[in-house]
Amino acid sequence: MLENIDWLLIREIISCVLILTGVLFMLISTLGLLRLPDFYIRMSAITKGTTLGLGLILSGMGIYFNQPDILLKVLAIIVFSFITAPVAAHVVGRTAVQNKIPFWDRTKTKELNEYLEQENLGEHVNRDKYIEDLKKKKKNAPGNQ
Amino acid sequence: MNLFQVTLTIAMVALSLCLVLTAVRFAIGPTLPDRITAFDLFVANVIGMIAIYTEFTGNEDFIDVAMILSLFGFLGSISFAYYIMRITK
Repeated sequence: MLENIDWLLIREIISCVLILTGVLFMLISTLGLLRLPDFYIRMSAITKGTTLGLGLILSGMGIYFNQPDILLKVLAIIVFSFITAPVAAHVVGRTAVQNKIPFWDRTKTKELNEYLEQENLGEHVNRDKYIEDLKKKKKNAPGNQ
Repeated sequence: MNLFQVTLTIAMVALSLCLVLTAVRFAIGPTLPDRITAFDLFVANVIGMIAIYTEFTGNEDFIDVAMILSLFGFLGSISFAYYIMRITK
């Protein structure tokens, strides 16, 4: 019974389904990049959609080849992209907040502003700017003259 | 041309369309972080295209290219973020 099954066909079908799903996710996230109104919303759409789509495409490839070393390489790529994509998005988003990239006007930024005021980050968010301001304060202080 | 090759062709065409749409956002992106995220999406699309090309040809050497490319994409976006952090005072 088991000898009659065409394993290559089954692998091809599974790989086809995974690849088509992954490409669909990639297409949706690209449309989000083009259509969404704000930098932060666009970045969140891209990070999630791309990570999932890439994982699906690569796992489809690993299933099609059916060899342990290729599966190991594919797992390495998937784990690496799952770790690095949120880190990169976090760094870019934090830099964008520090550089005052404008929010969408329907975003509720009340809690963010409260947090920035509470941590005294509202003015001196940038480290270089903070150090320059400290130097200016030292120059302008009356004790130095 | 069987079903599998038709599927791979469809996937390749869809990823190429993704690259074109990302290039549009890269051109019209109002700020620099928009362009950095578009660059991220470029790298991810190219990794997907490399995976599908590997499946087309059966040549297994290209997986290493995808690995190195994912590493350098992360490095590129981090260094771009550091660059904007330093340049705008």
